[in-house]
Amino acid sequence: MTLLSNTWFAERLGDHGIHSKYLEDHHPAHMPCLEIRRLDWAHAAGEAKRLGMRLVAVWAAEAGKHDVDAEGRRALYSYMAFAHPEHRHALLRTELNGEQPQIHSISAHFIAACRMERTMQDMFGIDVTDIPDNRRWIKHEQWPETAYGLRHTFDGNTPLSPDPQRADVDYDFLASESESVYEIPVGPVHAGIIEPGHFRFLAVGEQILNMEERLGFVHKGIERAMKGRNAIEGIRLAARVSGDSTVGHAWAFAQACEYAADIEIPPRARHLRGVLCERERIANHIGDIGAICNDAAFAFMHSQCARLREEMARLNLAIFGHRLLMDTLKPGGVRADVNDAQIQQLVAQTQSIADEVEHLRAIYADTPSIQQRVIGAGRVSVQEAGDLGLLGYAGRASGHYPDERIEEGYPPYDTLDVPVPEGKLGDVATRVWVRFEEIAAASRMVVAWLQQLPGGEIATPWTAPEAGVSGFAAIESWRGEIAAWVRFGMEEKIDRYFVRDPSVINWLGLELAVRTVPVPDFPLVNKSFNCSYSGNDL
Amino acid sequence: MIRILHQVFQTGTITEPLAASDRFERLGNRLQEEIRRRFQGSLAVRLVDAGSCNGCELEIHAANNPYYDIERFGIHFTASPRFADLLLVTGPVSINMQTALEMTYDAMPAPKLVLAMGDCAANCGLFGCDNYAIAGSVADIIPVDGVIHGCPPSPTDLIQGILALLA
Repeated sequence: MTLLSNTWFAERLGDHGIHSKYLEDHHPAHMPCLEIRRLDWAHAAGEAKRLGMRLVAVWAAEAGKHDVDAEGRRALYSYMAFAHPEHRHALLRTELNGEQPQIHSISAHFIAACRMERTMQDMFGIDVTDIPDNRRWIKHEQWPETAYGLRHTFDGNTPLSPDPQRADVDYDFLASESESVYEIPVGPVHAGIIEPGHFRFLAVGEQILNMEERLGFVHKGIERAMKGRNAIEGIRLAARVSGDSTVGHAWAFAQACEYAADIEIPPRARHLRGVLCERERIANHIGDIGAICNDAAFAFMHSQCARLREEMARLNLAIFGHRLLMDTLKPGGVRADVNDAQIQQLVAQTQSIADEVEHLRAIYADTPSIQQRVIGAGRVSVQEAGDLGLLGYAGRASGHYPDERIEEGYPPYDTLDVPVPEGKLGDVATRVWVRFEEIAAASRMVVAWLQQLPGGEIATPWTAPEAGVSGFAAIESWRGEIAAWVRFGMEEKIDRYFVRDPSVINWLGLELAVRTVPVPDFPLVNKSFNCSYSGNDL
Repeated sequence: MIRILHQVFQTGTITEPLAASDRFERLGNRLQEEIRRRFQGSLAVRLVDAGSCNGCELEIHAANNPYYDIERFGIHFTASPRFADLLLVTGPVSINMQTALEMTYDAMPAPKLVLAMGDCAANCGLFGCDNYAIAGSVADIIPVDGVIHGCPPSPTDLIQGILALLA
């Protein structure tokens, strides 16, 4: 599906005196990468904001080994990506001064950029000027100052030694000078069976005044570890960026690779990817609805939802070979085919689970004890959601509806209508409502695709592109848009993989949502967002 | 309320024998005996995710679902390491989690058991031990008594792994 080159953003920038150059070695053409001057960087972000675009990501990349200049130096680039509901994605790139890399912050236009800019400072030593928050983010306090994990000059293969000089340095949390405000530090090891992260609450009595997140605890060098793997090996790593979104991340990685290599996957593979991704959506929404109810002591829903989720995991294992659907995709297509009997099983289970969920939904809606807890809890306003650019169900509950299945309309979503639940109230109840609606819609899509599954191959043979070619993809995972950018280097190997999990943005929504809730409601609100720590920390 | 009860009775008991093999039945019985004898009938487990992708956590949750119902063997997950008999660790140990893992281990009363769950905990898995952000496998950081392989290990593997450690 090669579309015409998308010049919309380049023309709009040109209207405001920002000259841009289309980069030929970036694909696909409908999501172009434009080179601009460094001094236009923040101005271009401001224009994107005025044009009604949302920020997708900000990141950096060094030139690959294939691209070293005569003196052995590698250029350092900064990238940012924006998306417009009609005019889709556009990437901007600018070259930094390799000796003293510096770039202007765009956080004044898009506050969600701030943590990504802090990551650029941590990982590349880029000085982001005018950044509103200059603290470290992924790189914790004990790391040596010059440990820039993604620079080629840094030894990425030896476990880092903490800097003894920095042993007593603490993260500078927002504090209150008032005597009646107390702090509650939570984590990184939490009470339940969940991932690690630190939350610092400022509270008065029962009421939360402010909650600040300190993440990065599960940073395991995924971007660096991808370097030097080929696409076939790499997809297994991408599938573990966040275990609960394994299909979404594998798909985003695979599609970025396929765009770069200009490979089209067979229609049967597209449909099967859709089935896998929507099954992942259904399973996670069911699990989360149960867990949200459990955090408000409605254990009945938790048991029932856990039962349905387990039934899906078992059929996943029987048909696709993995309970969580890990490693079911590969560059060029999918790994496992389905026969007629399996199609019948999948259709029957999808329909029966959708019916059961509707039945449970009626019980949930009729139970005052749970309704009283979820209605009005943890609100994010439409204005706040738009300012942050919240994604997935967190956005859809607060009047912000980006959905790549519609906007980007990649196959197989171009074959049917994807209904978008349009919530506005932005509380826990609305986020749960969005999830119930999405389970119903996803079930209909899965059944429709399975009933009209095209015949033929399930994969196109994979051939890597030349060194220096990059691809960008945006896939709507169950949590929201996953953006992946992959650049190939020499010998068919990947030399830079950047991925932005929707959690990177949605974690900010949680901070806003809990400003109005009592401390005991925090777990409930947190679960309604259920952001990934691993996907954020990489 | 009547609808909830109706749904509960209609669903019935779905908790099942672990697997249709004699070996498993034997291990299950021995596990309950061991827990009764050595832990007064209850084994408290503290989980630490030291850097996992959260796949292992999903399967630990599943082990608590009504199908497996791990609590029926006397195993329960505790919030505090102070009450824990067993430390279950997932993920390669990230540099940023190393101190928290060591502190959790030190906070547990002796004697204590440590079980490394998943390929990452066993050998850093796909992320690799040759990685600046990873301090090592769990055994590189704290003493480990048992390992469960898998990516992620299934709830059945988890239950089997705990049985194998105690029996």
